[in-house]
Amino acid sequence: MKYIPHTSDDIKEMLHSIGANNIESLFSGIPLACKDSSVLNIPKSINEMSLHKHIETIANKNAPISPGNCFLGAGAYHHYIPATVSELASRSEFLTPYTPYQPELSQGTLQVLYEFQTMIARLFDMDVSNASHYSGATAFADACLMATRINRKKTKLLISDLIHPEYINILRTTYIHKDQICLIPSKNGCIDQNALHALIDDSTAAIAMGYPNCFGIVEELTNIVSLAHDKHALAISVTPEPLALSILQPPGAFDIDIAVGEGLSFGLPVNFGGPSLGLFTVKKKFVRQMPGRVCGKTVDANNNIGYVLTLSTREQHIRREKATSNICSNQAHCATTAAIYLAALGKNGLIELGKKNAFNADYAREKLSQVKGISLPYTSPIFNEFIVRLPKPADQVIATCEKDGLYPGIAISAWQSKYKNDLLICCTELNDRFDIKQLIKGITNAL
Amino acid sequence: MPCNTNYSNHADPSESTSTAIDSNTIAFHDEPTVFEQSKKNRHSNYTTDNTDYDLNTHYKSLARQLPAELPELCETDIVRHYTRLSRQNYSKDLGLYPLGSCTMKHNPRLANKVANLNQFTQTHPYLPDHLVQGNLALCHELEELLSEISGMANITLWPAAGSHGEFTGMLMIRAYHLDQGSPRKTVLIPDSAHGTNPSSAAICGYDVQTIPSNAQGLIDADSVAKAMTKDVAAIMITNPNTLGLFESEFKEIADIVHQKGGLVYLDGANLNALMGYVKPGHIGADIMHFNLHKTFATPHGGGGPGAGPVGVVEKLAPYLPTPRIIKKNNIYSRAINFPNSIGPINTFFGNFGVLVRAYTYIRALGADGLKEATEMAVLNANYIYAMLKNHYHCPFPGKVLHECVFNDKYQNEHGIKTLDIAKRLIDFGFHPPTIYFPLIVSGALMIEPTETENKDQLDEFCNAMIAIATESKHNAELLRTAPTRSFRRRLNEVKAAKDMTLRD
Repeated sequence: MKYIPHTSDDIKEMLHSIGANNIESLFSGIPLACKDSSVLNIPKSINEMSLHKHIETIANKNAPISPGNCFLGAGAYHHYIPATVSELASRSEFLTPYTPYQPELSQGTLQVLYEFQTMIARLFDMDVSNASHYSGATAFADACLMATRINRKKTKLLISDLIHPEYINILRTTYIHKDQICLIPSKNGCIDQNALHALIDDSTAAIAMGYPNCFGIVEELTNIVSLAHDKHALAISVTPEPLALSILQPPGAFDIDIAVGEGLSFGLPVNFGGPSLGLFTVKKKFVRQMPGRVCGKTVDANNNIGYVLTLSTREQHIRREKATSNICSNQAHCATTAAIYLAALGKNGLIELGKKNAFNADYAREKLSQVKGISLPYTSPIFNEFIVRLPKPADQVIATCEKDGLYPGIAISAWQSKYKNDLLICCTELNDRFDIKQLIKGITNAL
Repeated sequence: MPCNTNYSNHADPSESTSTAIDSNTIAFHDEPTVFEQSKKNRHSNYTTDNTDYDLNTHYKSLARQLPAELPELCETDIVRHYTRLSRQNYSKDLGLYPLGSCTMKHNPRLANKVANLNQFTQTHPYLPDHLVQGNLALCHELEELLSEISGMANITLWPAAGSHGEFTGMLMIRAYHLDQGSPRKTVLIPDSAHGTNPSSAAICGYDVQTIPSNAQGLIDADSVAKAMTKDVAAIMITNPNTLGLFESEFKEIADIVHQKGGLVYLDGANLNALMGYVKPGHIGADIMHFNLHKTFATPHGGGGPGAGPVGVVEKLAPYLPTPRIIKKNNIYSRAINFPNSIGPINTFFGNFGVLVRAYTYIRALGADGLKEATEMAVLNANYIYAMLKNHYHCPFPGKVLHECVFNDKYQNEHGIKTLDIAKRLIDFGFHPPTIYFPLIVSGALMIEPTETENKDQLDEFCNAMIAIATESKHNAELLRTAPTRSFRRRLNEVKAAKDMTLRD
């Protein structure tokens, strides 16, 4: 399949209008020395049916996964996606436009983004949301860079060691002053506040904390935020599972300055982790240092309400090397999907879903703690994932369960090697009572 | 019909009334926001079974005190709201989308269909390698395809967008130079470059030195030689450049940069002009990014997700981001132990769904189809150039490849600016080209038709452009007040920036 509409007559006519003898001559602006005469070593064009079959063959090399048997979270959470959400989002009017540079032709996408920003800002209880970032992790890294722009001359970043380790690694890649990234140790699954007091100083640009953190624990952030503010450092929160905010105090309630998250849970399939959706919210006073696109409300020449991309004087196409970020394409279609999802679930639907997740996880945690040999290393409140300590290495238990098509969780020894018996288990609304019983049975049999 | 039903088929828009909505259309709705439509206690259709889970008991002070004020709507409201809003959009599926350097080509439906296969969408990124062999195989094969198309030795697929690819590339350049003893200080960037280039370089700690284009719109090897010192880490060149012209001294420039130990970054935004003709890795580029949402036809989604893989020559391979995918005895695995790697640049596997679509597209076209795509893209751009060059000023006439750039010089004589021309095109039912870019052209109109447009579409577009050029002489007011046939008239962008109303 080539998707080329021209007939040979069309091509002849067009070449004639151009005044060219043949197609080859159109490439005469390329010096011969730059041209590659070899044929690309790629299989030839194939028809749609054969290609469909070929891709299915590749897809079938993946193990079939039933979400009910999958208890993996840690930054990518299985949730039910209402049919309405995927159907509306896949309308080609949403899927096939470019970035809304011509607002008169893009009011659909722009209004959706405006409503997305509003819903995310309300969920996080923050003043402003941007129109999306690439992922939770890149949003986190950019939040840290933003803090160092606001707190000019301060370069030190105090990062909770219970922020998702992959997020921290991406920050290390992104921030060129790597030696200024300082991990805050944890105690009992929360930030060790004594250690934090010892670490914070006048060169600290920001303190960053996970909420919930990578052990699934919901930390009380009030004291940490006020400590940051006392030292004129910014407080950054990172939320890989923002569904938690349906029932938990939002970052704004702790006076957080920059609150970021990963929006994959809002109507997007886990899909091997992407396309993801970076959520980025800030206090209004920092909006001019915020990275990424943002949509604003205005009027048209007839005084009708309309929407445009705005505050572009922060952006690369205007400011070039002085821009607040280099972001151009972001994750607008993921934001569109998330907006539809949040509007569809609505105020009460999201709370019910949040409760269901918390209830299922709490039930599983409680039941597992009653299994002989399993203990709970942390007792702090959790949202939809938690850690159990097994009497043997977690990866052995995982391997045994996998044989029966059960994926009981993640061995966090890959993150912190001292915890080799700890298993991180996630329960969402897709893991019902029956599934959880299977989980308990599977783990018990594997011990 | 290119757009909503109130557009007659690219007919003379002067026949229409001047109101936004024709009396015979019901296409457009002034659509209130979801918040305005919300009604207290209207129950969502997407409920979970009730749980008696007392939040205050479990979370105490951490329980949310005030619920997030999301709208309260039912499925009918939701379906109508987003369907109505969708109709306020122009999209590639409605017609020609000639944004220069954006390569808005047709998005094949098969790619969407297979990207949504359950066997892909339900895979969790933390499943062990042996359970996701399909995903890893697809990624590995896509790396090989991109490598063959570009002549680059190795590829990373994880950057989420072109600019994220640039950033990744600049980090690798920095890491490479650090290993040679110093990161160096400066990056050379032509004045015709996209704004993401200087921005990406600056985030990596580099100063930007601008290289001026010559009278032909190209970069002279001489001016690069003058600027090139041992403090220069790299040059970033878009080739073909943003005028649609091939940088004919690219090889000489690469030699000059290499002689002083610098690296050559090629911005692959315009790769659609080169497939089967030029392999950047064979003409001196050390590192380049691809825009899968341009060249390889993945849908742009109104501003992403795209994907910006990066290719490198062998000496830069040790710096590639992790994880890397290894194939051994037909078994695929993830590997992270590369001591010189810049580290991970995104979580998991980047925008994996976009990678599936691009893979499908490349396999659909094959070697012959990719070359033909390039040829037809160049034919279409040259055709538009030929049809319009007597009506619009071309500041840098040359051998255009996939796109051509005009400006508003002729129309300025009648007080008409590029913005007016662009907005008037909307009345003719077309999305305007990229405007006011590249910055080296005053009042630029940058047109890239792509290969998937037929001759009739191109003719209609050119006829509209020619009609507008005529109107600018005799009926300039029509242009200044345009658009009149879109859902909204010109939007007040100054007010938006001043009010900063960014949410309800």
